[in-house]
Amino acid sequence: MLEPAITVHGLRKSYDGVEAVKGISFEVARGEVFGLLGPNGAGKTTTVEILEGYRQRTAGEIAVLGIDPETRDLELRRHVGIVLQSTGFYTRATVRESVEHMAVAYPNPRDPAETIELVGLRGKEDQRVGRLSGGQQRRLDLALALVGDPSVIFLDEPTTGFDPAARRTAWGVVRALKDLGKTVLLTTHYLDEAQSLADRVAIIKDGLIVAQGPPSELSPGRARYRVAYDENGRRVELETDEPTELLHRLTGEALARGERLQNLSVSRPTLEDVYLELTAEAAEQ
Amino acid sequence: MSTRVLLWRQFRFERRLFWRNPSAAFFNFMLPLIFLFLIASVFGHKTKDLNTLVPGISGMAVMTTTFTALAFNITFLREQGILKRMRGTPMPPVAYFGGLLLNAVTNAVVQVSLVVVVGHVIYGLHWPRDWLELALFTLVGVVAFGSLGIALSHAIPNFDAAPAYVNAVFLPMIFISGTFYSTSSLPGALDAAARALPLKHVIDGFRAAIVTGSGLGHHLGALAALAAWAVGGVALAVRFFRWE
Ligand SMILES: Nc1ncnc2c1ncn2[C@@H]1O[C@H](COP(=O)(O)OP(=O)(O)OP(=O)(O)O)[C@@H](O)[C@H]1O
Ligand SMILES: [Mg+2]
Repeated sequence: MLEPAITVHGLRKSYDGVEAVKGISFEVARGEVFGLLGPNGAGKTTTVEILEGYRQRTAGEIAVLGIDPETRDLELRRHVGIVLQSTGFYTRATVRESVEHMAVAYPNPRDPAETIELVGLRGKEDQRVGRLSGGQQRRLDLALALVGDPSVIFLDEPTTGFDPAARRTAWGVVRALKDLGKTVLLTTHYLDEAQSLADRVAIIKDGLIVAQGPPSELSPGRARYRVAYDENGRRVELETDEPTELLHRLTGEALARGERLQNLSVSRPTLEDVYLELTAEAAEQ
Repeated sequence: MSTRVLLWRQFRFERRLFWRNPSAAFFNFMLPLIFLFLIASVFGHKTKDLNTLVPGISGMAVMTTTFTALAFNITFLREQGILKRMRGTPMPPVAYFGGLLLNAVTNAVVQVSLVVVVGHVIYGLHWPRDWLELALFTLVGVVAFGSLGIALSHAIPNFDAAPAYVNAVFLPMIFISGTFYSTSSLPGALDAAARALPLKHVIDGFRAAIVTGSGLGHHLGALAALAAWAVGGVALAVRFFRWE
């Protein structure tokens, strides 16, 4: 069996004696899309940038494609694509020049024109990067990370600042990467994004992983099914672990009164519910 | 691709972007000539003064195109996160910074040539007596000043602070190194400072190459001092490098 694309074991990182990451472990299999979620300051960027080789860990074992990124191995960088949380550009270069310039550093790059098309910047090839909108620059970020045709891709909040259509485009790109067998580690604040893209997620809070697993299977804990309907023009919302029983009772009572439950809806706990519960709980401690 | 090819690609890229900022490029090349015209007018175009001025301004041009330009440039690239982006790619640092350095060297060569040509065509100075010596001092000068510029950028906290840091080094060195006037009667302490710093040696070498033709043999000391600065500059630039 192939070793995992990314392994993290007992990772710790202190900044001037303050521990930002307090011992986290996870693995990302080859071809898997893994999401890191967590509130501002949770330690997501710290973790990702250690894996990218930018920062040195305080303790723990890590490997990307079997190599310790701290060694700054050139061969590793040839197979890794990086979208940082924020970086600048050569603003006087055009989109095409930027992508072509980046491509030459890699042994087997993708076709630059095709990469530009992939991220949805077609028609902007000859525009100066400095004149792109913020969201368009973010797409260029993605193109620059992908043009080397990496097998592991780190995306730190890749869709922040995207309009809804651009976000869908980016999701399409990540799915296409997955279909190509690429490994993706992404951080995001958008839970729908994690839910629809990630095979597995880890929720980080204050430098610790508080939950880990496929988005649909994350233990709901206290997060419950939500049953809602209208009564006398008011919305009534109820939470339950046992929706069957509750519905039976509600509908029975309504029928007995000869009424209907208007706009009845039953919703499963979403990743958002789980996330809010877990991160709030950790904050209370 | 080999490191050499990548260095060349980076250089071509930098050149193209340099010309995308035409007004900056124009002033970059005009500045030493403006100095030459103004100061030559002040001194009344006497050949004796021009024999000081043309090598002096050529030396200053080497310093502005490499030391000043790279200190600004690297600080900007770091603040913008462009250095960090490049660090995440397989681009070898030697190729990347080599490309930046070569870009600066090109500007230095163009400026020194402009000043020498104007000195001959407009002010009637002799063509340089020793082209080889001129090339040699330019080469060692750009390596010394280029690496010192990169080294200084490590100490500059952010781009807004860059002019203050650069001028704190640049202006005193210009005034004691015989750029605009002969410094043969400088007070002892200042003279010693000028001799300890690199610019005076570039200018002395240039004067020998352009004006007197006294031969490289008489200026081995200046060359050695410059070479020492070049070695020290490279060591400092590499040792204290900050990507972020
Ligand atoms: N270079 C640094 N020096 C000192 N402290 C740092 C540094 N980088 C991050 N920190 C601290 O470490 C903690 C984690 O930061 P990190 O950037 O990893 O969070 P994050 O999960 O990416 O947050 P966000 O969602 O806001 O991007 C924060 O408290 C932050 O202040
Ligand atoms: Mg972050």
